Amino acid sequence: MTQATFPKLLAGLAERAGDRVALQEKRYGVWQPITWRRYYERVRDLAHGLAALGVQAGEVVAVLSDNRPEWLIAELAAQSLGACVVGIYPASVGDEVRHILTCGQVRVVVAEDQEQVDKLVGVWDEIGTLTTLIFSDPRGLERYRQPYLIEFCEVEARGRALAESRHGWLDGQIAAGRGDDIAVICATSGTTGRPKLAMLSHANLLAMGRSLMEMDPIGQDDRYVSFLPFAWIGEQMLAVACGMQAGFTTSFCEKAGTVRVDLREIGPNVLFSPPRVFQDLVSDVQVRLDEADAVKRAAFSWGHRVGEQVAERRMRGQPVGVGLRLLHRLADWVALRPVRDQLGLTRLRRCYTGGAPLGPDVFRFFHALGVNLKQIYGQTEICGIAVAHRDEQIRFSTVGAPIPGTELRIADDGEILLRSPAVFHGYYRNEEATEAAIDAQGWLHTGDAGYLDDGHLVVIDRVKDVIATPDGTRFSPAFIENKLKFSPYVEEAVVFAGAGNPEAGAGVGNPEAGAGVGNPEAGNPKARAGRPYITALLTIDAQTVGAWAERRHVGYTTYSDLAQKRAVYDLLAMEVGRANADLPEAVQVRRFVLLHKQLDPDDDEVTRTRKVRRGVIAERYASIIDALYRGTDEVMVPSVVTYQDGSKVERRIPLRLQSMEALKLTPARARRVAWSAR
Amino acid sequence: MERTIREGSRAYQHNLNGSQLEIGSLQLEARNVSLAFGGVRALERVSLEVRQGDVHALIGPNGAGKTSLLNCISGLYKPQAGQIVLHGPAGAGTAESLRPERGSTRSRDLAHERPSQIARLGVARSFQNIELFRHMSVVDNLLLGRHVHMRHRLWPALWYLGSARRQEIAHRGLVEEVIDLLELQAVRAAPVATLSYGAQKRVELGRALCMQPALLLLDEPIAGMNAEEKEDMTRAILDLSQLAGMSVVLVEHDMAVVMDISDRITVLDFGRVIADGTPSEIGRHQAVIDAYLGHQAI
Repeated sequence: MTQATFPKLLAGLAERAGDRVALQEKRYGVWQPITWRRYYERVRDLAHGLAALGVQAGEVVAVLSDNRPEWLIAELAAQSLGACVVGIYPASVGDEVRHILTCGQVRVVVAEDQEQVDKLVGVWDEIGTLTTLIFSDPRGLERYRQPYLIEFCEVEARGRALAESRHGWLDGQIAAGRGDDIAVICATSGTTGRPKLAMLSHANLLAMGRSLMEMDPIGQDDRYVSFLPFAWIGEQMLAVACGMQAGFTTSFCEKAGTVRVDLREIGPNVLFSPPRVFQDLVSDVQVRLDEADAVKRAAFSWGHRVGEQVAERRMRGQPVGVGLRLLHRLADWVALRPVRDQLGLTRLRRCYTGGAPLGPDVFRFFHALGVNLKQIYGQTEICGIAVAHRDEQIRFSTVGAPIPGTELRIADDGEILLRSPAVFHGYYRNEEATEAAIDAQGWLHTGDAGYLDDGHLVVIDRVKDVIATPDGTRFSPAFIENKLKFSPYVEEAVVFAGAGNPEAGAGVGNPEAGAGVGNPEAGNPKARAGRPYITALLTIDAQTVGAWAERRHVGYTTYSDLAQKRAVYDLLAMEVGRANADLPEAVQVRRFVLLHKQLDPDDDEVTRTRKVRRGVIAERYASIIDALYRGTDEVMVPSVVTYQDGSKVERRIPLRLQSMEALKLTPARARRVAWSAR
Repeated sequence: MERTIREGSRAYQHNLNGSQLEIGSLQLEARNVSLAFGGVRALERVSLEVRQGDVHALIGPNGAGKTSLLNCISGLYKPQAGQIVLHGPAGAGTAESLRPERGSTRSRDLAHERPSQIARLGVARSFQNIELFRHMSVVDNLLLGRHVHMRHRLWPALWYLGSARRQEIAHRGLVEEVIDLLELQAVRAAPVATLSYGAQKRVELGRALCMQPALLLLDEPIAGMNAEEKEDMTRAILDLSQLAGMSVVLVEHDMAVVMDISDRITVLDFGRVIADGTPSEIGRHQAVIDAYLGHQAI
């Protein structure tokens, strides 16, 4: 095994490419560069500083911060001492923060600003192991007097002073680092239960990065914008594991609200985001095109059609004729490139999406636009990526083939098993869960059901999420939900059938392909009694539905008000009808409700990476779901409003329940172009 | 408030508070100020005292004279009688001495100064109805707030030479800190006219802050804002007062906010001061309850 570690890589880069820009952050409205040499210096200073605070090999340092250079400096400094980092999602609150700090037996936390410091101060006394809270942004903290607070640059300064008396000590520490030391701990997304802490070694991450770049080379001149949380494996995967092996520049956005502007300024060559980000981009294009004049709409409509034809041929491996190629060049010039430019995607060679399935229509949209969007499949436990589309071999329904160095096998019960050098070391202090995840032969049990289609992996859903309709058809709720979510007006969708039936079994079927895997006996007939069809709970997209309402002169006040408008229900009924048109009869949505609020990670309804927590929703909205099956037209739900002064008022508000029976779409109405919400 | 900032710290490099007075010392005194428009008596023998670092609210029913008093302080109206005395360090108001040594104070009567001179003395304000350059970008509007501090002459400025360039960069640095404080990054380059009402209000506060004012006058800073915008704005005002030690005179109708953030409240009714005190004193004051608050409000 190679003994390469990230600190050793950084030392090499500081020597080889010392003057090249490693990190840059927009501050004061200007991109402020940090070279590899300076990066290494700051890591060394902080490492000495952390050592002075008592950080030792094997220990876990927590980081609670948005993406800033300090995040990575803290990570590399901890790793230089043989310690590792665990990231906490910056949007996390009390319980989640407490859980990770307690599980990791963390002593030193690196936080960003007042917002994060406040969260930590709130839980500080409950967690006995904590000793030091380092903050990087002192604004607003001038009057804090907690003895455990210290500013980031102060730790660096102390480290710098200490380094003078400890010449060569840190070099020894870095040299002693081994490939299978734990580098990063990532909290799993935790759609079920609390997040577990997955331990990833330097060797794991480096192997994954190497395999990925063997398939899709990334060079040192490439640009990368880091705007998704480092607590997420996907961001560690590209910014750290690939970034430090390729030596490219990582750019940090100024603020959450400026991501789109910053993305456009940098023009990244490579991008990895969960589907949500791509869906947002499509919604954005839709809204803007719908507000454009007729000429622009016509131009884009034509250009997109040409783009679609070319993309289709390329994906099927068919040659593109001379005429079509010329036409495509013109289409690119007048319609496609300007849109790519607006999105900041002109330089993009490849972008990846993963973590949850992305609707084929969104895929088709980006490929027609000339964006090489690829689906990947993996999970935290295998460093984020194990299976991916190859260039020119993109099939929407699959997630592609294993990346180099990865073995894939489908277990007898349909579960996807993976094996590679990137398979993690286990869950932090949780032997039991580790044994359940990795078997004796080193196979990672993913918990996902899937099958191989001509060497390409098709992922159906989490094994335990697969449910069955009363007539015995087994289906994946996610499949239907993604159909629904393709509508620009639908933000989230959760479908139910024999709902609240988690022991529905591991048998799975794919309604579209008709090809099934696995286990014929599934489903518990009793639990399904009285629930003879599929229902859906939808939340509307405030931006697109709001814009639609404005165009139609539908007045509304709040989100709840908008969601309960008759006209909005009619609009959404059309959308559900469109989704139904693509689904087999048995799994069509028969009734739906528009929820009066958006699903919120603060309410535990979705994870921080915006994956729906089905169990929480089935439980919390049980009365609504029951009403959907009772066949009534309305259900009263309690709604708690918290006023600014902290007082709470509970009101009961009526929610409409909509049946789909009356609505039959003609095929022409059922079709819709991807780029318009009209 | 002198601060030592360590190299590499993300702390703000500029202190937005332009006053050199000690916290708690008397900064502004209105003495028997009277203002009449023809037969309408807008202000009658109004007196009040503002102390350095306080958030001082002016409240009262519509037409009570709150905005008239702000206009007198900032020099837009000239009171017919009375004095408005701004205490500041000796020598303030000349080009070189905008940030002079602490120590001796010098007092100026604002009642007879021109608005431009009052601005130079460090009195900045925002308006009830937004008064921005609608077609200029946010940055340009904010840079305009730096105008009183710009020293370079036409020729170097035209060619962006030496001192002009250095000053420009320094001014922009301060403007960027105000942008950060008020979270205007995403709209930095957008024309002001395209912004939401709440954002425009923040730009207006920002322009006043860019002056590094000694005294900040805010006319209904949170009126018409949604709950979230109100919270952000209130937070910003409190930070300025508590952390930077800036004095803020505030006209506002949102009593919950006024009671929450003010150190002192002066109540006007028909041009007269009917009460003056801390929020808890005002909340119990019978005349104030009768004239303005009503019996349900508190």
